[in-house]
Amino acid sequence: MTQTGPGGSPAGSGSAAPDRPSALRLVWIYPDLLSTYGDRGNLIMLERRARLRGIAVESVQVNSDQAVPAQGDIYLLGGGEDLPQVLAARRLRADGGLAAAAARGAVVFAVCAGYQVLGSVFGGAEGEPVDGLEILDISSGRGDRRGVGEVVADVDPGLGVDRLTGFENHQGVTRLGPSARPLARVVHGVGNGDGTEGAYAGRVLGTYLHGPALVRNPSLADLLLTWATGPLAALAEDEESWTRRLRAERLAAMSA
Amino acid sequence: MSKLPLRARLATTLGDAATRVSRLTGRGDGSVIGGVIGLRLAPDLLAQLAAGRQVVLVTGTNGKTTTTRLVTAAVGSLGLEVASNAFGANMASGLVSALSGAPDAPYAVLEVDERYLPAMIEATRPRVVVLLNLSRDQMDRAAEIWMVARMWREALAEHQDVHVVANADDPLVAWAAMAAGNATWVGAGQRWHEDSWCCPECGSHLRRDELGWRCGECGLARPTAQWVLDGGSVIGALGGVRELGLTLPGRANRSNAVMALAVAGLFGADVDQALPRLREVTSVAGRYTTVQRRGRSLRLLLAKNPAGWLEAFDVLDPARPPVLLAVNAQIPDGKDTSWLWDVDYRVLRGRRVLVAGERRIDLAVRLRADDVPFELVDNVDAAVDLVPAGPVDVIANYTAFQQIRVALGRQA
Ligand SMILES: [Zn+2]
Repeated sequence: MTQTGPGGSPAGSGSAAPDRPSALRLVWIYPDLLSTYGDRGNLIMLERRARLRGIAVESVQVNSDQAVPAQGDIYLLGGGEDLPQVLAARRLRADGGLAAAAARGAVVFAVCAGYQVLGSVFGGAEGEPVDGLEILDISSGRGDRRGVGEVVADVDPGLGVDRLTGFENHQGVTRLGPSARPLARVVHGVGNGDGTEGAYAGRVLGTYLHGPALVRNPSLADLLLTWATGPLAALAEDEESWTRRLRAERLAAMSA
Repeated sequence: MSKLPLRARLATTLGDAATRVSRLTGRGDGSVIGGVIGLRLAPDLLAQLAAGRQVVLVTGTNGKTTTTRLVTAAVGSLGLEVASNAFGANMASGLVSALSGAPDAPYAVLEVDERYLPAMIEATRPRVVVLLNLSRDQMDRAAEIWMVARMWREALAEHQDVHVVANADDPLVAWAAMAAGNATWVGAGQRWHEDSWCCPECGSHLRRDELGWRCGECGLARPTAQWVLDGGSVIGALGGVRELGLTLPGRANRSNAVMALAVAGLFGADVDQALPRLREVTSVAGRYTTVQRRGRSLRLLLAKNPAGWLEAFDVLDPARPPVLLAVNAQIPDGKDTSWLWDVDYRVLRGRRVLVAGERRIDLAVRLRADDVPFELVDNVDAAVDLVPAGPVDVIANYTAFQQIRVALGRQA
């Protein structure tokens, strides 16, 4: 495993010992297969928003030839092209570590191709069904056309997360089973394809917002951190103001 | 020209007229519009225009325009005319314009959009195809890069007479080029690894060491290079070592120059003949140009995607003058700014950073996350007003770069 800090710098002690609950352990799953466009942004935002609150962070990147560690607090999965997505699903099923972590209540956050992998089935390179991890009660296939563009969606009020803003780029269509809830209702964009966007159950959450979804949605980042560490302090105004400005600009561009 | 059928001749004549009108009305350099009109009149025009010439196609994610210019210079050292789409108009229409503008040139060196390589091989029947690199770029409209590599591989497998000149250090490129009937391998290096951690053949994690890359599962490995970039020098196919001594800055351009020398070698131009021509290239379509503006010397660097930004950072003035970054997200840039999070901006710490462009707030949030202090500015002139006299490095993505060139006027 490669130890990294924000943006990839060496950080952390190298030990992921389970007897150090003070450090938040972030695990980025298979960046060699599932990382297409800015996925690192989610890791950077979680690290930053935790550290600014005085929470120590240990991050690990787990490549596809390595075992998924059992003791992570938040597991991240990014987007990927068709072939790498199929390979990632196959290896994660064989490894079993991510499913075990989810079963013991670890937080899992997945975007785009990674989101589909969490479900029971998704569409492969030729649209053929490929077995997923069955961590989230969703099933996906390929739609008729690619959904590419800005997304705006209103989050399930029970989660206390601000309106989502982000970018999607996928051809997937996802149906939710009875034990998953939609993350949000689409205001603009495609999302799951039925007017809903993303899904969650327990502490497992997935979305079609690709790449650095948490950058424009800091309250979603804080939800994940809260699930992992408990209630959070507010951040300083100067930290939030740039993100707020970016959100306002993007949301205004979509309502124009 | 007289060899062309009447319809094709008519089409190129009308296309040339449209090119002139486009230039006169100031709607661009005319390199695309003439070709668009020509193609409408004769769909197989490109094939007719290319027939009987020695064609070189140049493609890859980054460095196409510069390498096309360098290959043109290197092949030009043979003393014969070379047709080329020198301004980066790299779809079929741009190729038609380039060829119809130089009807008697026996050589043609043509930049090709990476997605259109198979169609352009079909149309132009090239003698040589140059494959530079493949990395993530404008993913909201471009195909996935493994798919692009597979497309290249299939096209080269179908056209075994094509001689490929390929970067052995880029696994996706090398995998595609291995299907070619003939290959010259260039050890041109690869700074950006984020899109090639896995084997293009079987998907296993690739091993990298000082010998290059190799797959532990299926045995796919870096081919042995005949041409190698070694620091500032080129090691030629015959073993000779020459200092490159380019005017163009940066490691990426040294790689591009070695590719160009390898191509020229296939046409019989040796390094000592071609290299002086490469050293004469100072800027390419505005890139690397230095523009004077009210006592400031602005050096313009184009960076369109994460691998391109890595290359641009490599070129930054070590004396740490102020740097202006400008980012747009228009259609030619890609509408999605997610790629900003694939760039490590921490190398800018310790420099004065100014931020402009239509998506400067995206960039501001990104820089903040990397703890790089910055100042927002409205445009290049506002940046000029803020910094002291002296050098300024400017890095911009595609339409932001064009906007800055327009703002700076004729010099750029
Ligand atoms: Zn392999």
